[in-house]
Amino acid sequence: MNNAIELRRVFAPALVALLVMGCGGGDGGGSSADGAAGGGAAAENPVDAATAGNIAGSIVFEGDAPAMDAIDMGAEQVCADKHSSTPMSEEVSVSDGMLANVFVYVKQGLESLTFPTPAAALLDQDGCTYRPHVLGVMVDQDVTIRNSDGLLHNIKASPTEQRGFNTSQPTNMESNRSFGTAEVMVPVRCDVHGWMTAYIGVLPHPYHSVSGSDGSFDLSTLPPGDYVIEAWHERYGAQTQNVTVTTGETAEVTFTFSASMAGAVVPLGEPVDLHYHSVVGDRD
Amino acid sequence: MRIMTKNTLQRRRAGSLSRRGGSVTASPLHTGFSMVVAAAAVLLLGGGLGAGELSAQEGGDLGQVTYEQWCAGCHGVDGTGNGEGASIMLPRPRDFSQALYQIRTTASGELPTDADILNVIDVGMPGTTMPGWEDLLGQDEREALVQYLKTFSRFFGPDENPQALDFGSATRVSEDVIAEGRAQYQAIECWKCHGDQGRGEGQSSPTLGDDNDFPIRAADLTENWLFNGGGSVEDIYARLRTGLDGTPMPSFSDLIDASILTDDQLWALAHYVRSLAPEEAPGITEVVRAELLEDATLPTALDDPLWDSAEPAYIPMAGQIIVKPRWFDPRVDGVWVQAIHDGESVTVRLRWSDPNLSPDPLWADWKTEVVSYMGPTEGDPPEAGPTPDQFLVQFPMQMPRGMERPYFMRGDARRPVYLWQWQSDRNTALEGEARGLGSETYAADGQDLTMTAAHQNGQWQVMFTRSLLTEDEGDLDFVTGQAIPMAFFGWDGDNGESGTRGSVSSWYFLFLQDATPNTVYIAPAVAMLLTAGLGILVVGKAQKREEEGEIVEEA
Repeated sequence: MNNAIELRRVFAPALVALLVMGCGGGDGGGSSADGAAGGGAAAENPVDAATAGNIAGSIVFEGDAPAMDAIDMGAEQVCADKHSSTPMSEEVSVSDGMLANVFVYVKQGLESLTFPTPAAALLDQDGCTYRPHVLGVMVDQDVTIRNSDGLLHNIKASPTEQRGFNTSQPTNMESNRSFGTAEVMVPVRCDVHGWMTAYIGVLPHPYHSVSGSDGSFDLSTLPPGDYVIEAWHERYGAQTQNVTVTTGETAEVTFTFSASMAGAVVPLGEPVDLHYHSVVGDRD
Repeated sequence: MRIMTKNTLQRRRAGSLSRRGGSVTASPLHTGFSMVVAAAAVLLLGGGLGAGELSAQEGGDLGQVTYEQWCAGCHGVDGTGNGEGASIMLPRPRDFSQALYQIRTTASGELPTDADILNVIDVGMPGTTMPGWEDLLGQDEREALVQYLKTFSRFFGPDENPQALDFGSATRVSEDVIAEGRAQYQAIECWKCHGDQGRGEGQSSPTLGDDNDFPIRAADLTENWLFNGGGSVEDIYARLRTGLDGTPMPSFSDLIDASILTDDQLWALAHYVRSLAPEEAPGITEVVRAELLEDATLPTALDDPLWDSAEPAYIPMAGQIIVKPRWFDPRVDGVWVQAIHDGESVTVRLRWSDPNLSPDPLWADWKTEVVSYMGPTEGDPPEAGPTPDQFLVQFPMQMPRGMERPYFMRGDARRPVYLWQWQSDRNTALEGEARGLGSETYAADGQDLTMTAAHQNGQWQVMFTRSLLTEDEGDLDFVTGQAIPMAFFGWDGDNGESGTRGSVSSWYFLFLQDATPNTVYIAPAVAMLLTAGLGILVVGKAQKREEEGEIVEEA
């Protein structure tokens, strides 16, 4: 994937910072599943826990949540049997006015820091459903793709900013993949089961969180400072807020999505300069 | 069921038109048809220069000049696959901006090598509207095109140096190897999309979309001459290793890395897939020969053993692009035709791949999508409701004198045609006549023409039987010993096909064998025996001389 090249292109400032600051170690992130420190990494955590603060909040949904389609897994009895109730599309998951599966991350404010790469994150295929539906990882962090169903899945990642892949897992097995360029979000899907979709947010830092069924998210142990936080949802688009983090405090943030945002343009990846490289000269 | 992919990805990508093309499916035969389609597109959309004039142009980049002349009509001036012709094509033309190329020698997601890109330009994508350009453009032009295509994507940086995978060489094939391949086909569930018999009839088939969510077919593995990337066992193995980027077809390399499959097993799978298609791609057949059946009754069942000995002729078919609304997404890409007669009646058996029996609720979404992508640009919108599969066999109403046949699109007033019509939601065949497209009339007398049809394992089999002579004036009398013109039209209802949107063949011939005097058989046999005897004598003499140390120059 030519990670180094992609990395240099997008994160030249981060690389400069790397030279200035050296590397840290340990867990810098507030994300729950994959924030573990990279085993044996030489880097150190650049964040001083004694001076750090936190961001926590929730995702509110206004209006009537759209009815989700039921998924007919009748053709895959193994999967159907894993669900106690009729499986539903996870595109819009609202309960008690709170929206789940929103990817919340630090969009700006961490440019001067670099972070060690955490241990592998898990993307499981279980009951013909991706677990989790939305996943945050760091650049170059391994994503362990697991097939817990023992039947054919293909895993197709279709990023915009970098090369994707489409690999087959016809049985219980694991494959590791990683993304060399930050990108929010990388769509993942299974063509064998058209209802299976997931999104992977790839960041140059570990400060990301996915809202739970109660709508809550948590970005903890951030250095004091001013941040732009973005909340991204696969149907309702992205919105940002400016948040100031102070030592020992938890800044409360609420994002509100509503049914009326259904027509939002959902950003995937950064704008692409099609003519970034010109091999045979300027075409204009 | 495309719950999320349709509702989210499609909307999300609204405005970016077709970012990526995709495809699965052409042949020595089909190349001809694809070329017609592509040439039509190029002529309609491109400029008016001839190939020879291109190179003469001064200034400008050769790749760019060539591209804008010959490629932009479909792939778009900006390379995003949204040229003028794109909206009437499925699969859509390739979008070069994401550098997703189906046919590569590199790992899934990796960039193609220059040789990979040149190869596709040279040989085309059989079964899609992409023709091969090897004979149409000069070497320098095609090589310049490769470099120009790469400028459409930022992924081709100067430091990129994609490496071809090492595929080794094919293992030896045997019955055991093919059985092993079949076992793997089952085990790793190729059938989920490609179907148990490989005709694309798998359960996931109706929900497949390319990377831009345009509907895309699982390849019909019984037609290897239509494979994008080639139909040899080596080609198949390479596709298994690399996948076809931009399509649902994944790479299986991980299975070898994880020791779930051995390389030999993957080769066995490739051999099995290869075995699903005939050993040789069907040649061009002008004539369907109906042997005279003596001392037996004509087949009354589709699986009558008599069919095993009737010589099948493969008739290639292509989308109807003569009359608007045209059809650039034909599902019926060919039909196997056999015929037998007994001097009283003739029976014709037709077999063609079609993954499902239309109308099928499981394919309703597929149809809606195809119609929405293919429909709007020309003519009346396709029928929205359920539509059946159909097939039409066309003959001249009267035997023409010499080679003068009716206009192949249902004839005209001067030279009308006689028709056999079948459709999947009706249990009888109809006879009809036409004096031009749209003037068809059918009679349900059912007296002269009978029909048996069945859909199984992604294939239609339809058998027509008719007495050679009938009382009706509008019916062609079938006379033995003459080449009777015959043409075919096919429709897959769930692919949005009806009316002028469907597949057509050109004219072929049905030849009913005459009752032949026995001397015709005896004379050749005697001649063969004599020749063989002489041959043995000559060879024997030669060998004797060789043993004696002489140089043998005659053979």
